[in-house]
Amino acid sequence: MARAVTTQHKTIATAAAWIVALLIFFPILYTIITSFKSEQEAIQGFNLIPSGTFESYSEVQQQSGYFKFFFNSVLLSVGSTVLALIVAIPAAWSMAFSPTKRTKDILMWMLSTKMMPAVAVLFPIYLIFRDSGLLDSRIGLTVMLMLINLPIVVWMLYTYFREIPGEILEAARMDGASLWNEIIYVLTPMAVPGIASTMLLNIILAWNEAFWTIRLTTTNAAPLTAFISSFSSPQGLFWAKLSAASTLAIAPILIMGWFSQKQLVRGLTFGAVK
Amino acid sequence: MKLHTLTLGLLSASALAFAAHAESITIATVNNGDMVRMQKLTDDFTKANPDIQLNWVTLEENVLRERVTTDIATKGGQYDVMTIGTYEVPIWAKQNWLLPLDKLGADYDVKDIIPAIAGGLSVDGKLYAAPFYGESSFVMYRKDLMEKAGLKMPDAPTWDFIKQAADKMTDRANGVNGVCLRGKAGWGENMAFLTAMSNSFGARWFDENWKPQFDQPEWKKTLQFYVDLMKADGPEGASSNGFNENLALFQQGKCGMWIDATVAASFVSDPKASKVADKVGYALAPDNGLGKRGNWLWAWSLAIPAGTQKADAAEKFVSWATSKHYAELVASKEGWANVPPGTRSSLYANPEYQKAAPFAKMTLDSINAADPTHPTVKPVPYVGVQFVAIPEFQGLGTTVGQLFSAALAGQSSVDDALKQAQDAATAAMTEGGYIK
Repeated sequence: MARAVTTQHKTIATAAAWIVALLIFFPILYTIITSFKSEQEAIQGFNLIPSGTFESYSEVQQQSGYFKFFFNSVLLSVGSTVLALIVAIPAAWSMAFSPTKRTKDILMWMLSTKMMPAVAVLFPIYLIFRDSGLLDSRIGLTVMLMLINLPIVVWMLYTYFREIPGEILEAARMDGASLWNEIIYVLTPMAVPGIASTMLLNIILAWNEAFWTIRLTTTNAAPLTAFISSFSSPQGLFWAKLSAASTLAIAPILIMGWFSQKQLVRGLTFGAVK
Repeated sequence: MKLHTLTLGLLSASALAFAAHAESITIATVNNGDMVRMQKLTDDFTKANPDIQLNWVTLEENVLRERVTTDIATKGGQYDVMTIGTYEVPIWAKQNWLLPLDKLGADYDVKDIIPAIAGGLSVDGKLYAAPFYGESSFVMYRKDLMEKAGLKMPDAPTWDFIKQAADKMTDRANGVNGVCLRGKAGWGENMAFLTAMSNSFGARWFDENWKPQFDQPEWKKTLQFYVDLMKADGPEGASSNGFNENLALFQQGKCGMWIDATVAASFVSDPKASKVADKVGYALAPDNGLGKRGNWLWAWSLAIPAGTQKADAAEKFVSWATSKHYAELVASKEGWANVPPGTRSSLYANPEYQKAAPFAKMTLDSINAADPTHPTVKPVPYVGVQFVAIPEFQGLGTTVGQLFSAALAGQSSVDDALKQAQDAATAAMTEGGYIK
């Protein structure tokens, strides 16, 4: 009897999970479906079966080459993530293993920078970029993205590092490991799941960042967010083309997320049982 | 052998020198059909000017506006040519942010630009932006439904006629709304329509001393008429409809009438996109017999920021893109109907264009019926038909737009919306130093 109830519960839970997942994924799915419609089909109300035309994709590619934007997106998201990890691992290490009474305040302060609307600092940042010749440069934008995501990276790593017993690091120290050896050879390998999920999340955040990537670039450093933006039109219905551009822009990150979902979920729930 | 090497060397050197000489200009633009077409046709320009390379940055209208405003205000120098509208040109020109266009070339024929448009793009008699395409607004209506209603649309209808026709055309059972109008909040969305409409009701944003006028009976009449009309004959959820939403409704046969940009005519009459392509008629925007019609005036124009290092190349490009030659180029490649409308008188005198674009005459008449320097029945201290050309207008216009959109959605009454609009405008004008 108990077993039957469990199975029933399981079925309900699975069905509920599928429904929720489908609801969350539906807008993306509909974008993908719309990208295979003609412009006329796209505006003709709700329809899940497209005619399967690739017309929009070829027009999008013709109008503004996809690969230049794609290359910039990869460079910016991976570059800013690597930079962020280089800065955040030592920072999180010090806060997790040698906290002071101000550590919590510092963490809060770091997070508080995320609470300010980005547009509030648009002009100062724009002027700094202009004066240092960084407008429309990949280096400038990589640093910018690194700075934006740094608070989240430090916070995540801090949480993971706290799960690692300090005694192991002490033991390493007893064996004569230097500070860097301790971080690189002892801490980092133990925190691989945490670092990997932080990395994946940061790549996704940097990939989707649309405020600064559009406002600080023109042509050279423009990533896929600028590519999508160029297909949004206030006068004229180009939904199929916009959907094709969006699908092309999200496809790489969607595929990456699919293959690394185990790692991502494991990292995100790391320490959650405590 | 030596000679061969020398020749090769010289050739490479000259190629390098040429490459170094080639100037690249960056053009910021919007993703509208005419602009996209221009990007496809730039070979014609680069063939004639091999030393100029063109880089395009296409952005969504609001993002573009923010980007170019940031850049020009900080003298960022990211763009050499900017696509801006009739709202920005007078403000930016007065700030000396734009270069006057006085080297457009001998055969450019500045006088051919439609006077109403040229007036909106000039300050102190100097042209600061060249119009790429211009638009006004007018009534697009379904001839078949009008006939069914037993009415005949006059060339210059009144608001009362529009109301009467909308009431008769509305057929909810068959999904037909008598009239579709903008309701989505925004200074360039519902406020473009409502400001132009209010001109025909004798209303104005400010009196000669910059005192807001939302507490006056003319605004009450405007907003009440609009809300009543939309409640009786407008589509469901009208308060979130902008140009594109109404375009989709009209193309699918769900609107009897639609009062919006003249540029929409080419979309609704396109049989590939519109179910009602062969049933559309056009008329001037309505009036109330007060001497002003409810139509606006806008021109997407190309301007050169004062901070550019490549002014000459930029002006060459602007001259090419807004020339008579460009119109002929588009006509030869894609037909006369696709030539950017609303900028040159010569286009409207061209019999081939008149034949290809049945809405041509009505578009020109609509543009000519708008006067940006004297937009209202009573005198005003500002320029602009559907906007007030002051920097504060973007923020204030959007705030008022939200209030009016809420009134349309039934979240507040017309009186409340007007009172709040009056308060918001008074605060903004006082803060801006207009009201002492």
